[in-house]
Amino acid sequence: MSAQHVEHVEMTGHIVDSLLLPKVLDAILSRGGRYHIETLRLGQRQDDPSFVRLEVRADAAEQLETILADIHPHGAVPAQSGDCGTVPADIAGAYPDGFYCSTNFRTQVKLAGDWVDVEGQEMDCGIVVDPTGTAARCVPMTAVKTGDHVLVGRQGTRVFPPEAEMRRHELFEFMASPVSSERPKAVSVREIAAAIRKTRAAGDKVLAVLGPAVVHTGGGELVAKMVRDGFINVLFAGNALATHDMEQAFYGTSLGVSLDQGLPTVEGHEHHLRTINRIRRIGGIRKSVETGRLTSGIMYECVLRDVPFVLAGSIRDDGPLPEVVTDMLAAQDAMRRLVPGVGFCLMVATTLHSIAVGNLLPAWVKVACVDISPATVTKLMDRGTTQTVGIVSDAEPFLRSLAAELERGGT
Amino acid sequence: MSSPSQPRTLMCPPDHYGIEYEINPWMNRSRGADAALASRQWRHFYDTLVGLGVRVELMPPQPGLPDLVFTANAGLIFHGMFLSSRFRHEVRARESPHFDEWFAGAGFRVEHLPEEMFHEGAGDALFCGDTLFAGYRTRSDATAHQWVGKFLGVRVLPLELVNPRFYHLDTCFCPLAPGVALYFPEAFDDYGRRVLHTHVPTLIAVAESEADRFGCNAVVVGTTVIHNSRCPKLATDLTHAGYRPIEVELDEFLKAGGSAKCLTLRLDGEEAAGWRYGPKPG
Repeated sequence: MSAQHVEHVEMTGHIVDSLLLPKVLDAILSRGGRYHIETLRLGQRQDDPSFVRLEVRADAAEQLETILADIHPHGAVPAQSGDCGTVPADIAGAYPDGFYCSTNFRTQVKLAGDWVDVEGQEMDCGIVVDPTGTAARCVPMTAVKTGDHVLVGRQGTRVFPPEAEMRRHELFEFMASPVSSERPKAVSVREIAAAIRKTRAAGDKVLAVLGPAVVHTGGGELVAKMVRDGFINVLFAGNALATHDMEQAFYGTSLGVSLDQGLPTVEGHEHHLRTINRIRRIGGIRKSVETGRLTSGIMYECVLRDVPFVLAGSIRDDGPLPEVVTDMLAAQDAMRRLVPGVGFCLMVATTLHSIAVGNLLPAWVKVACVDISPATVTKLMDRGTTQTVGIVSDAEPFLRSLAAELERGGT
Repeated sequence: MSSPSQPRTLMCPPDHYGIEYEINPWMNRSRGADAALASRQWRHFYDTLVGLGVRVELMPPQPGLPDLVFTANAGLIFHGMFLSSRFRHEVRARESPHFDEWFAGAGFRVEHLPEEMFHEGAGDALFCGDTLFAGYRTRSDATAHQWVGKFLGVRVLPLELVNPRFYHLDTCFCPLAPGVALYFPEAFDDYGRRVLHTHVPTLIAVAESEADRFGCNAVVVGTTVIHNSRCPKLATDLTHAGYRPIEVELDEFLKAGGSAKCLTLRLDGEEAAGWRYGPKPG
């Protein structure tokens, strides 16, 4: 995310007839800044004052300071001057009453007169200001410690609306409607491939959130190749995806169905449990690769290439695999630690993991959600991950097209 | 156009006038004022006003306040209210208690702007019709003018003063009647000129050489305009516009960056002020 420098200013009075508003807008532009008129209330009659609230942006802090100094004499004054307020947490694991509830949009708080970006931006958290009073970060409820300085009220806070974020990143503007089964898939896939390449070129990571259907439908090798080629840099999944992937590596089946012939194999239903048992006997996925017993598939490629993964458990899991994190809060934290640096997220064929990850991502991380059910995508968006674009498709055909696009475009 | 009653103006004899500090490009302590000459010029100007039927009220001069003579900057008059100035320079801010006392004693309701704002009264805020034209940047703040507009319930049009030699609006803009004004175009930027052209139908431009002699810093009484000497083009233009120009020699005050208008504060509202012809509000 490129560092943008922003301030909000307000002007009140006869700012239209006096040409003070156009004068200020011209001054912003002529000094290389940009503006966005957030509110404009025009006086109804000649004697009525008008009001405008402007967002002023510049690429550098000094440039913004120059612009603000230039427009201040014309009556454009900073919209908010007070620092944010905090209250010490009185108990651990809960915020004080009146706590500020975070969104997934970029947020800043005013500390000692300066606007500071909130770190670890995440929806449905509180914001804790560090003891030195120079930084602030989103902190989930369970992680609150007694005495933490928890932000209360809205004074000294500002949230950047999603439209502005969209403009900043110019990504995914091609998609007017967020989810449709009637959109030409080839165009969407091409754009997702472009977004992945752009993310990698910018030095950001691509996060894949995968459900077991990726393997059932025969897309395992396509994903493994994406890991191999450096197009997937972080993996979040569950017990099933990893188990099916390794079942394929060991037996050539997924839940006992031959991935070559599409038919159930003799005693194939046992492959699933035998795979889990085998990995548990060896001591884990990583050890299976290191000892040469797991030699192909998504998990193999991840271990081989040091692509970090989090396997989060669920109540219906078999086994589970040793790496599966069964404490949900620990799983959330493990995922949270891997989110910084993620620039793009590809979610394929999983509802629960998609929503869980959507909750953790800041709004400026664009998400492509691929599922055979349109409801998965709408559910994700309804829960606040509004930066999502959806593709209604079975997993394997989508992955095949994406792999072809990535192949064609090079890195 | 006739005023509804006898014109009233406030002046302050120049007993303690002098160039004791430098707060504008005209002031130069090494080029001080001649006290005797200044006194004669002021007296002649005073007599001219009285001769025109103006009731001139006098403010007691105060030692150590050389610019008290420039009463235009005391504040802004609106009906029976005196909105006291907030001077940008401390040397002039000391004048305010004296002005406040005088106006309170004269029966005016004395009001003040918020402390963090700067506003230099009728020096920077002039009615032309129902609109208050307001100069900002050098002395007064645009936000202060907007506050005044809201406080008085009038439209205020702040104009940036881009030439530091014309540091108050009354040095480069002089309303003669509603919709008619003198102005020096180069004291404003394009925005300011456009605002003036849009909202003042008849604008008389003053030449640079005469603006430098503070030709715009004129006093209007009825259709008579009293301005500094040696402004022949201005006198001709005023005559053509139907006004009677009277020249007075006020060069000793020009040394401090002031002239006729700066030396007076119209107490019953300037000739061009729309409000003096209408009923009192409320």
